Amino acid sequence: MAFLEAHDLCFRYREDLPTVINGVSLSIEKGTFTAIIGHNGSGKSTLAKLLCGMLAPASGFVEVAGMRTDDEEREYDIRKKCGMVFQNPDNQIVASVVEEDVAFAPENLGVPSAEIRARVDEVLAAVGMTEYAKHSTYKLSGGQKQRVAIAGILAMEPECIIFDESTSMLDPSGQRDIVETMKKLNREKGITVISITHHMNEAVEADRVLVMNEGRITADGTPLQVFSQVERVLGSHLAVPQVTELMYKLGKAGKDTPTDVLHAMEAADKLEKLIRSPIPYAESDVENGAAKPDAALKLENVTVRYGAGTPFEKVALKDINVEFPKGKITGIIGHTGSGKSTLAMLLNGLLKPESGTVYLEGEDINQSKQFTNAARFKVGLVFQYPEYQLFEDTVKRDIAFGPRNMGLGDEETEERVSLAARFCGIDGDTLGMSPFEISGGQKRRAAIAGVIAMRPQVLVLDEPAAGLDPQGKEEIFRGLCGYRDGEGATMLLISHSMEDVARYSDNIVVLKEGEIFMQGTPQEIFANAEKLFSASLDVPQITRLFLELKKRAKSERCDIYTVDYAVKTLLPYVGPEVGE
Amino acid sequence: MIKDITAGQFFPGNSLLHRTDARFKIIILIVFLVTVLASSSTASFAAVLALTAILVALSRINVKIILRSVKPLAFILAFTAIINLFFVKGETLLWEWKFIHIYKEGIINSVMLMLRLICLVMGTSVILTYTTSPLDMTDGLERVLSPLRFIGVPVHDFSMILTIALRFIPTLVEETEKIISAQKSRGVSFDTGGLIKRVKALIPILVPLFYSAVRRALELAEAMECRLYTGGKGRTRMKVLHCTARDFIFLFLMLGICVGVFFLNGYEII
Repeated sequence: MAFLEAHDLCFRYREDLPTVINGVSLSIEKGTFTAIIGHNGSGKSTLAKLLCGMLAPASGFVEVAGMRTDDEEREYDIRKKCGMVFQNPDNQIVASVVEEDVAFAPENLGVPSAEIRARVDEVLAAVGMTEYAKHSTYKLSGGQKQRVAIAGILAMEPECIIFDESTSMLDPSGQRDIVETMKKLNREKGITVISITHHMNEAVEADRVLVMNEGRITADGTPLQVFSQVERVLGSHLAVPQVTELMYKLGKAGKDTPTDVLHAMEAADKLEKLIRSPIPYAESDVENGAAKPDAALKLENVTVRYGAGTPFEKVALKDINVEFPKGKITGIIGHTGSGKSTLAMLLNGLLKPESGTVYLEGEDINQSKQFTNAARFKVGLVFQYPEYQLFEDTVKRDIAFGPRNMGLGDEETEERVSLAARFCGIDGDTLGMSPFEISGGQKRRAAIAGVIAMRPQVLVLDEPAAGLDPQGKEEIFRGLCGYRDGEGATMLLISHSMEDVARYSDNIVVLKEGEIFMQGTPQEIFANAEKLFSASLDVPQITRLFLELKKRAKSERCDIYTVDYAVKTLLPYVGPEVGE
Repeated sequence: MIKDITAGQFFPGNSLLHRTDARFKIIILIVFLVTVLASSSTASFAAVLALTAILVALSRINVKIILRSVKPLAFILAFTAIINLFFVKGETLLWEWKFIHIYKEGIINSVMLMLRLICLVMGTSVILTYTTSPLDMTDGLERVLSPLRFIGVPVHDFSMILTIALRFIPTLVEETEKIISAQKSRGVSFDTGGLIKRVKALIPILVPLFYSAVRRALELAEAMECRLYTGGKGRTRMKVLHCTARDFIFLFLMLGICVGVFFLNGYEII
């Protein structure tokens, strides 16, 4: 019998709410690595909680190692066998010191002190956190906190760990750490891993992928089997890896290209044989408005230090000079701690630079208190996870909060609210609801609408799509681009996602340790992949593919950074046509 | 910024005070507080000053950091000192102007009061808060208070609440700063308008903060259940607090000093 078996599960949260899980049966073998993917609201997190017995199904049953989860007497034993790591790293750490937190579960189990000590040391080593044993938990990075959470679960010696979107709040290096840890635990300790995610690059690492849509499992197989059915995956509101999408689009354009690829290397292997003649070098043909527009915002010799004069002093930005052209989207990339968020806070006067000047349309933003206050309405700042700032009793009133602070009349406010709601795809029903009862994606859009309603000339966005599924992300960006086009606004997009920055930006600024490391058009930036790698930043998967093709003398270009552009570039050189 | 608060912070180290058992430190602290409050003569007070100085030195924490813990009290200190200076009557009149009379006793009194408060704060910091990890502290408190269990006080629950509160203070402080920045970006102004307007300006801060605290609490409860928490019964601890001869010596020394101070109360040096 399989380690975990579910039979015909159905579940709803309340009688009057729709069914979330709708007849799911599955079995998971011991020692396997399974990814469950699905868009937000597809029921994947609910399924996870059903599988480990945190929720009881309305009908059907789950068996973990032969024990039924609805048997209350076995509840404790099931929890012991099947641990869970949650999404928010902050909300699952109990103690202030790393090793004391890790000891929490064995302490609850009543394990003798000496053995707890041994277990804690062992699991901290397993997740690579030994040197942090005595550190404060709150000072760790997101990825480190998540590794502590994993160690905390490991310390109760479970046979299975369920990761419920455990990487969705982490930066790329944190994500990589966690995925590597999952793989290592699975391979070396034989732990059964179930990873719930909507990051396709993580699902690709599993042995088996289950796709959830509307409470049902719609696809089940190896990553290669699942993702090569591109249409089915896209139909479940999910995405496929960029190279898979490329092969699929080439196929749609009449080429006989296989879609069973997941990694850049595999795609390069297949394309190598299909490219008839090497793609020649070409000057950029991406239109790039010859006349350089004026700067909407300009930073001149700006330095910011935190905790000046204390032993904790930290230079956040070092003598920065940069311009953000009017009406363009500038992407800002860099590691956590490279100064991106500090930069954002300078742009609307929340933070004053220690030296140097910030210019808004040529005027010093900090020249007077009145000017700074006015600038807050001209430069709209959307923080990370802006939905945590919603507070009014209806979405409509929350969106109107900014315009009302501007002292606008009822009519004008009304007009702006409906305009902002339209850009962000919020319908009339949602406007009347409480911001606390709508879905995560809707909350995010409502929060962004609250900033757009002030009709800022400049919109600064810190990770606007973090934690959203591919469709939610698409909707957010569609709204933002709509606002940019409609109002001619300038946009700054701060993001960890190379794919998003590549796709939407006209210009890119790369920050590293508080200094400007690179700046230019996406083409210029991504053509310089080596330099990005040296700062341990990544390039989009599609760019990786072209780097590989260049290595194999099949392409002289490696400045390709979006799928559509890659399709356009490849089409004339790839054969055979279907039926050829 | 709110982040600059150092009171209640733990500074890891390996000094004698860091190594002393938390239970003993709690009792030692009580004895220390009694000693400081009981000293009434100049002679005994001099001994208290010396004692505090020795404790600060023993903690091996930068004196600057310890002094910073007194800073938030500066206003209260100055205020009480001045009140005492003007209103304590004595025998030796030093200076007189209209209704203000300053006596020698007044000066001594206000200086002593100020120093006494400083001793209380610095002593508490170095004996307990700065040198004891929050978990050791709550653990120690749980043990010291554990006899109260027999009269129905939920000592374990109390100490778990304290542990979690200490763990989440920095997280919530950070979150508050973030929410303030975000609402400022939407045009809230906290420093203009009358009292009512200013209080109203807090709503956009407090509502999201409470909402998020509740959400965090629910998620944490779920995570704790997943890690097999069922309350205090049958729990063991990784760190066994073990007392050594050193802890006893420290405690007896402190008791001895306390008695000595009571004895010195009969002598004046000024």
